Formats: sequence, C-alpha cells, structure tokens
Amino acid sequence: MQFMLLFSRQGKLRLQKWYVPLSDKEKKKITRELVQTVLARKPKMCSFLEWRDLKVVYKRYASLYFCCAIEHQDNELITLEIIHRYVELLDKYFGSVCELDIIFNFEKAYFILDEFLLGGEPQETSKKTVLKAIEQADLLQENVDFQMRLFAGTVCESPNNPRCSVEH
Amino acid sequence: MPAPIRLRELIRTIRTARTQAEEREMIQKECAAIRSSFREEDNTYRCRNVAKLLYMHMLGYPAHFGQLECLKLIASQKFTDKRIGYLGAMLLLDERQDVHLLMTNCIKNDLNHSTQYVQGLALCTLGCMGSSEMCRDLAGEVEKLLKTSNSYLRKKAALCAVHVIRKVPELMEMFLPATKNLLSEKNHGECELVPQLVRILKNLIMSGYSPEHDVSGISDPFLQVRILRLLRILGKSDDDSSEAMNDILAQVATNTETSKNVGNAILYETVLTIMDIKSESGLRVLAINILGRFLLNNDKNIRYVALTSLLKTVQTDHNAVQRHRSTIVDCLKDLDVSIKRRAMELSFALVNGNNIRGMMKELLYFLDSCDPEFKADCASGVFLAAEKYAPSKRWHIDTIMRVLTTAGSYVRDDSVPNLIQLITNSVEMHAYTVQRLYKALLDDISQQPLVQVASWCIGEYGDLLVSGQCEEEEPIQVTEDEVLDVLEGLLVSNLSAAVTRGYSLTAIMKLSTRFSGVNRIKKVVSIYGSSIDVELQQRAVEYNALFKKYDHMRANPNPNVAVITIHASNSTEADMTDFVFQAAVPKVSRPNPAQIIKCLCFEVLIHGFGLRMRIKLTYTLKGSPVQDLAEVNNFPPQSWQ
Repeated sequence: MQFMLLFSRQGKLRLQKWYVPLSDKEKKKITRELVQTVLARKPKMCSFLEWRDLKVVYKRYASLYFCCAIEHQDNELITLEIIHRYVELLDKYFGSVCELDIIFNFEKAYFILDEFLLGGEPQETSKKTVLKAIEQADLLQENVDFQMRLFAGTVCESPNNPRCSVEH
Repeated sequence: MPAPIRLRELIRTIRTARTQAEEREMIQKECAAIRSSFREEDNTYRCRNVAKLLYMHMLGYPAHFGQLECLKLIASQKFTDKRIGYLGAMLLLDERQDVHLLMTNCIKNDLNHSTQYVQGLALCTLGCMGSSEMCRDLAGEVEKLLKTSNSYLRKKAALCAVHVIRKVPELMEMFLPATKNLLSEKNHGECELVPQLVRILKNLIMSGYSPEHDVSGISDPFLQVRILRLLRILGKSDDDSSEAMNDILAQVATNTETSKNVGNAILYETVLTIMDIKSESGLRVLAINILGRFLLNNDKNIRYVALTSLLKTVQTDHNAVQRHRSTIVDCLKDLDVSIKRRAMELSFALVNGNNIRGMMKELLYFLDSCDPEFKADCASGVFLAAEKYAPSKRWHIDTIMRVLTTAGSYVRDDSVPNLIQLITNSVEMHAYTVQRLYKALLDDISQQPLVQVASWCIGEYGDLLVSGQCEEEEPIQVTEDEVLDVLEGLLVSNLSAAVTRGYSLTAIMKLSTRFSGVNRIKKVVSIYGSSIDVELQQRAVEYNALFKKYDHMRANPNPNVAVITIHASNSTEADMTDFVFQAAVPKVSRPNPAQIIKCLCFEVLIHGFGLRMRIKLTYTLKGSPVQDLAEVNNFPPQSWQ
C-alpha cells in the first residue's frame, strides 16, 4: 500500500497515512486530485479505479470515504477487506464509531491504524490482539499520566471517557 | 502564562468557524500561542501543543515549526509524549528533511526499551518512514528483535525488516537466517519458503476454526493471501517450485467459499499466482474458468477484477479466454464505465477470423450507444479489426459506412486517407461505395469524416453514380445536377469544416472531366476564386487556370488533366511549420515529347517511359528543419496514357 486517506463527503481530510516518501506539496496535490476524483464517482460504480499509475480502492462508510492506493501487483479485493477490518477495529474501540469520533480523536485513529498496519501491510490479523495492544498502551499512558499528576498535586477528576487521550 | 487550551477544545472551536477566513484567524492565533509556548521550553504542555499542531496540519496549515518539538517528545521518558512524538514524526518529517536523522539515536534507544509498546512505536516509525541511512544504522537492532521470544515484537520487526530491505537491498543477507526460523512458528504473521509455506497453507484451509483470525468463516484470509503472493514470487521463474505448488493451488481454488468478498479475494490471489508461475495448462484453464465465473458475479468489483485479469492473459491463453467470449460481450452493456472499457478492450483482443461477424455486430451496437469517451477508441478498434479479418470487401465497406454514420465525428483524422486508400483498392466495389456514400450524404452532412470521404468518392466515381451501374444493390437514379447540388450544398453549409469544403470543391472540379455540364462547374469554381477562405480561394484560382489554359484537352475522351492530390498529415504531437512541397520532373532531351500533361501549375513532360516525379519535402519540426527526398514513378498508367 502506498497511502491511505480518509475524507468526508465534503472533501475534508480526516486522516492521511503515507507509506512512501513524498514532499508536503506533492502530498497535498495528490490528496486534492484524488479526493476530487473519488467524490465524482457515482454510487453504482465499482470500488476500484485506475489513477495515475496506481490502483485506487475506496469504500464509503456512512459519511467517510476510506481510500487506499495500491500497486499493480496488489490484490484489490483483499485491500477492501483490509479497509473493512480497520473500520471494524475503529468500531470496536469507539463503540459504534461515527465521523465525529475520528475528528475529535484523530490521534487514536492513527494509533489503531499503526497497530494494524505496518509499512502498509497488515501486521496482526487477529482483531482481538490488535485491540488488546491498544488497550494496554492506553493504560500505560494513563498510568504514567495519573502518577505524574499525583506527583504534581493536581489529580484530575475521572474523565468521562476512560479511553481519553492526551489531555483530560 | 495561562495553560494552553486543550486539543478537544481547539477542535471544537475551529469547527465553529463559519468562513475560511475565520478559521484561518483562529489557527493563526493558536499557532502564535503554540510558538511562544515552544519557546518557553515547557515540558508539561509540549505534548498537547504538538497534538494541536498535528490537527492544524491535517486541515492544511503549515506546521514545520513543530518538527524539532516532535524530536523532543520522542526523547522524553513519558509514554504519552513518545506516542504523540512518533506520530508527529511520521506526519511532519520525511526523509528529505535532514532533521529526521536526529531521530536515529532516539529510535535506537527505544528499540531497546524495557516496555514493548515503546519498542513497538519505534519499529512502526522505522518501518513506515525510515530513510536508507536510518535503516542502515538500525538494521542490527531490527535483526535482534526478529529473534526475540516476544511474538508481538517479532511481527513488527519482520515487517520493519521488509521496509529496511526495500530501502537497502544489500542488507537482505543479514536477515535471511532470522527469517528462516520465523517460519516454524505457529503464530500468524510471518512469511517465506515454498514447502513450508505449502504446508502452512494446507493447515490453514484444512484446520479448525480460529475465531480471532477468522473473517466470515475463512481462516485468516490476510495470511492466506500473503502466502499465495509469496508463492507467486517464488514460483515465477522456477519450474521446481511451481510444480510443488500445483496441488495446493488447485486445492485452494476448488475449496474456497465464494459467497463473500473474502473468499473471492483469496481466489483472485490464487488466480494471479497461477498465471504468474510456470503452472501446468490444466491449472491455467482452471484459473481462467474462475475468472469466467467472476464475470457472472453480481458484485461489480469482482467483475472488474475478472476483466482486468483476463485482459492480461488473453495473449497467452487465448483459446481458454475465447470460451468466455459471450459473457465478456455481455459486459459491454454494464453500467460501470471502467467495466465497459475493459470489456471493450478485451472484446477487440478476442476478435478473429471465425467470430468477426458476430463480434462486429455487438461492437457496432456498442458504438451506437456508448458514451462519447469511448467512441474514438471503439471506432479505431473496429477499423483495425475490419482490416484484419473482413470476410468480404462488401462487408468491409458496409462496416466502415456504419462507423462513419454512427460515430463519424469521433473518428480519428488519419482514418479519412486510410479509408480512401481502402476504397481505391476495392475496384469492384466503387459503384456500390459511391452510391451508398451518396445516399448517406442525402441523410446527414454533419459528420465531417463521412462527408470528406463521400465527397472524394463522388469526385472520383461520379460517373458510375449517374450511370446507375451498381451491381450489389438497386441502382439509384440520380442526375448530374442533383450530384452537383449536393456538393455545392456542402460548400455553403455551416456544418462543413474548412477541410471538408476543400474536398468538395476538388470533387466538383474532378467531375468536370466526368460530367457533361461543365459550364455549371466553371461557374462554381470561379465564384470561389474570391472566397474569404484562403485555401478555397487558392484551389479555385488554380482550377480556373486549368479551365482557361487547358480547356482544349477536355475534348479528348481520355482526360489529360491528371490531378494529383497530395495528402500530407502531421501525426506527431509537435507542430510542423514551414512545410514546402516540391515536385520536379526529369528533363527530356527529345525536343518533341509524345504527350504533354499539365499538372496544376507546371508542365510535366512525358517520354515513352512514363511519368516520373521527384519529390522534396521540407518542414520544421520542433524547431529543427527536416528534409525528405523521394522519387515517385509508380503512377498508374491510366493517369498519363
């Protein structure tokens, strides 16, 4: 996989993961063009398209488009499954995920993606294992944070979301 | 200084902005606050600030001033900091920045950290964006981790190693021994080497149900696909490996459930593998049949994938693909544009002498109804196929007529001269052709290529038209005046392009030697002597000259005016300028030539040997002058005898 983009129906970028080295300018250009191309597709069209010299696989889940660019020898059908698996992971983690979850917790979405794919390839094929790893990492974060605050004398009230991230 | 606002709050605030300008203002304000916070070297809030910066970066705003801060976060001892720091590095830094090399030491330390999640972060970052220098420096650490007993880390290390090897291929040897050991593991996630792979794959499909790795009842499809892919690479040019794989490939191909996309994904990968390795023909036929079944699937994604794969194999496994021809042709009627295009390409690839009539019927029907973006390619394809496999001249010409009438305006420019050539060579069809073209003109004069070819034909064979000599179909009754009416109509019509007008004027002129009503033609030609269109004017003037100076030759039954029309077209993509055509004829020593032929503006002397001409072309292409010399001495004898 060369890159994965998540964007809304208005073309707003919600996540971008690049597995190939490109300049910021190039990334912006690619994003802009690809988003336009995908948004212009009609609902009855198939999920694959040829774009520049890459194959693009995309699927819409509610208000978000999940879009991956793969190379010629890659399997489009399994890429659809990869996208689906990622959505399932997000769903399990956030509990019935919606676009707002990804907007307000974008860093979590990245963490989950990085536990599932490494260098563009699935590193762990068990859903349970991926979610467990994230859970543990979150706990680690929280513990350290909690202890730090305890030490600093500013213990925080328990956050409404137990999986809250960087700050409460 | 008040605490910097929290990430969530910033996101909420920015989303309330109603205009782009308002958003920009908020962002600028926050960036300024973040910058001063960075300047204060505040450890507590650095993480929060970088996270906010990453959000703003995603919205499209510049965030490069946060790069160094990411490095500081990575170097911190707090896990939270590291998490955001590495994320920031992956988003804001790339191997083009020199800054990223500063990460190398931090990553090295983190690869040896006591907490596996920190090690994981480091491996992930390295595997995602490590430059070749970084990979070289850290390869040793990665290799160490490949041998760890911790399976969580081993998997990450394996994929990280893949990235390292891609960046620095020479390091491959270093990783080989470690990877060999990985294979004997039961853990799903690592890969390599044929017989072991075959065994593993076999176990996967035969073995029981592992709910963690399962997708819709198929055990670990991701792993299956990966193994198949690997088998493909290994078997590509190796006969022995390929043979070892045959059985298992057949097994996967026949046993996999196809009701869901997952199963089809595995089948697809199997097909790709079978096609790429040196498989036996029975297996290849099996693969193509799978693709044929895919074509009937309701899921358009699967149909698309099938057509793409068939297109790749149609050259090598032509006969096997032919069996699915009717299904492929049905796909021409699909709603999806990409599927239609694939189906069209594949259909053309499958046309041969045996199926030409049937296929052409379908393709012409497709040409009628398809989107404009396809018409040009389809028309060209039809012409090519017709040229190769036309069962009869009449069929050929009918087919061309059909294309010109239905998609005339999409036909490529060079088809007009090609068609003229074709018609010229089909001597026995001249009468039929000119009649059909004339009838087409009566119906519709908007399709320029059709009009051009028709004009040329009428000019050339107008005598056949009025004499009603057609054998192939019922000859129509048409008078010279009616023909001239049509041609003149083309000259004045708004629909005619300049080129078309040129064709029609020349045709009218040519008819002056074939028709009896010369006066009318003379009048038309002289009118156009003062045409605004330079091209037309020039032709008209020259034709006028022919009338005036060489009218005496008209008396001869054999027209002695040989009008040689030169078609020159530029098929390169660059412009050609300063095009000059020169023709010269040999000097004759004999003072009394047997005949004189006037050719447009100069005289050509003929001796007993026939008409010879030396041609010189000069033009400028892409700034450099080009010169071409040639001699033409194969003028048909009728033109000068």
